[in-house]
Amino acid sequence: MNINATGLDFVDLNEALRQSRGNCNITHCLGQRFLAAGISDKTVTVSGVPGNALGAYLNGAKIEVMGNAQDAVGDTMNDGTIVIHGNVGDAVGYAMRGGHIYVQGNAGYRAGIHMKAYKEKQPALIIGGKAGSFLGEYQAGGTIIVLGLADNDKPIVGNFPSTGMHGGKMYLRSDCKDIRFPSQVHTHPASKEELDEIDHYLRHYCSYFDKDLKELLDSPFTVVMPDSRNPYRQMYVAN
Amino acid sequence: MIDQYIYPEFEVVRNQNRCISCRVCERQCANEVHRYDTDLGVMLSDETKCVNCQRCVSLCPTHALKIVKSDCRLRENANWSDQTIKEVYKQANSGGVLLSSMGNPTPLPVYWDKILINASQVTNPPIDPLREPMETKVFLGKKPEKVLRRASGELITQMPPQIELSMPVMFSAMSYGSISYNAHASLARAATELGICYNTGEGGLHEDFYCYGENTIVQVASGRFGVHKNYLEAAAAVEIKMGQGAKPGIGGHLPGAKIVGDISRTRMIPEGSDAISPAPHHDIYSIEDLRQLVYSLKEATDYKKPVIIKVAAVHNIAAIASGIARSGADIIAIDGFRGGTGAAPTRIRDNVGIPIELALAAVDQRLRDEGIRNNVSLVVGGSVRSAADVVKAVALGADAVYVATAALLALGCHLCRTCHSGKCNWGIATQRPDLVKRLNPDIGSRRLVNLMNAWRHEIKELMGAMGINSIECLRGNRLMLRGVGLTAKELEILGISHAGE
Repeated sequence: MNINATGLDFVDLNEALRQSRGNCNITHCLGQRFLAAGISDKTVTVSGVPGNALGAYLNGAKIEVMGNAQDAVGDTMNDGTIVIHGNVGDAVGYAMRGGHIYVQGNAGYRAGIHMKAYKEKQPALIIGGKAGSFLGEYQAGGTIIVLGLADNDKPIVGNFPSTGMHGGKMYLRSDCKDIRFPSQVHTHPASKEELDEIDHYLRHYCSYFDKDLKELLDSPFTVVMPDSRNPYRQMYVAN
Repeated sequence: MIDQYIYPEFEVVRNQNRCISCRVCERQCANEVHRYDTDLGVMLSDETKCVNCQRCVSLCPTHALKIVKSDCRLRENANWSDQTIKEVYKQANSGGVLLSSMGNPTPLPVYWDKILINASQVTNPPIDPLREPMETKVFLGKKPEKVLRRASGELITQMPPQIELSMPVMFSAMSYGSISYNAHASLARAATELGICYNTGEGGLHEDFYCYGENTIVQVASGRFGVHKNYLEAAAAVEIKMGQGAKPGIGGHLPGAKIVGDISRTRMIPEGSDAISPAPHHDIYSIEDLRQLVYSLKEATDYKKPVIIKVAAVHNIAAIASGIARSGADIIAIDGFRGGTGAAPTRIRDNVGIPIELALAAVDQRLRDEGIRNNVSLVVGGSVRSAADVVKAVALGADAVYVATAALLALGCHLCRTCHSGKCNWGIATQRPDLVKRLNPDIGSRRLVNLMNAWRHEIKELMGAMGINSIECLRGNRLMLRGVGLTAKELEILGISHAGE
């Protein structure tokens, strides 16, 4: 089903989307927010630029955006897949607890913060370009991957990556010599086994965005992990 | 580590003539104060571990035990109190931030106690609630500005979503994790029986409690623990927690030791990992951002659930509430500085925030002045202790109140203020299975229902005495209140006259 978003506000557009059966193709999207919030049962393709909070609380649906997206993509997402053929704004994948987000290009500030995981629910955020500051702040689980495929000389992540991280793993496709990490995480070059763990994510990235896996792997990856799952245990005294 | 400078705060007084060495006290004390000395054939106590929760006192079959505050005090000093000095010792010993539980215990003013309620005499007769109908039902949510009709003249009765409460009281947010499964079960069952709501707090909703959804408010906090579509859809309303009265401006974290079994599954974080709620929502830096979260929740729930924004009462609360009332939220919940907590840094708990009475009066007045009072309902908490406090809050402008400490007391809490230890002997603020099972949800929910039914009757009696037969007629009716011993400024903020005026 096709929905022309021209002239529709977000309430009308989302209502049209909820009423639609099966796969849905939204055209002329122009900043309508909360698109596909909480939906579980369809594949949505978006042309144009969706507004903030695309796929918030997403519950199993697949969203493919044929261009850029704005802030808070996949906020508190539970399950499903979001594929962005472009860049995303700030706070992509905030508090994600399941599902996958693939971004072809760059991400803004606070990507993947407070991502969680529990048993089979293992969320993943794959950023093809570079990420802004505060990547993976308070990360409690899941996997964040940044590939650094961007035509600029900025570092692969901005300032203060993984501050307060206490779970999960972060993979940065760089030797990270120019990145300052906080004291409560440790970094090491990715081992063969660790790269195998993310192999399926990289393969999906390559197939979505027509990239060469060999080329991706022909560069060092740094793994970031927390020192402790209980970063504040020693901070308090009972009164 | 026990600080050698600090003498135990409490003494365990055991009447050896009454003690039959049955060792109940030993089995009941998770702090391991009591032990039986087989050589001497007597019970002994390690008072350094006692928190004065009174569990042993209550269960001693011969009343052989009492716990008293030790009279061993440091040298008297009006500036450096015993407590202040001991806090310094604790920090010098550990290097730690002082951590406390439950509400602010310092002797700051309690305005409820300085406000008196009116009663009818002669001209406007009082009403007897035993004989005449009294309405305590309230609806929380956005109210329409005017009556709308179709062209045919027919009334348009479509309303924004509301919460219906049989009385203007709800159990406020306490997360599964900070309190036990049986405590949540008690609250959920009691709320359902009473026709009011309880609040999940920020730890998600255990799968066993989805059946109480119509009487459940689910919370979305900065950690977003346990938040997903089914959770949002299960509830009567969704509450965004921006702040908490006991710890305004800071987040929270449940230590990894409490993230076990079902807590881990409900919060969707691995066992043993700290559950960290950052101080800010990292996607909210303005009222516009807040509006975005409000509407993302409304979209995800198809505009069927009212959205509550909970904030702590702080200095600019009137301006903050004005912003929230324009954010699309349906209800504002304000938590005063005496509100309880499972754990908060002592300095924050005791020094940050303002009294709920002043915050409520200021917010209600501001929203009226700006003509947006009907955009939102107001719910206040932060130490509402009795039916009289409820009536005073409603007369100051609240649509309903949140109670939590009083609810915990009904469940057996003795306010020992050591929830953060996780060793609650009353089975409330603990996850240890042997302690949790001490709280029987059948008894717990019954006691909560008793408490609220008693309050409901008292509310009716207080209203009846004023000649008011509906709680709606009491809301914002400040003429029914007078202050005693308050300054002109305090009276001005509360919007009430002094007694005798």
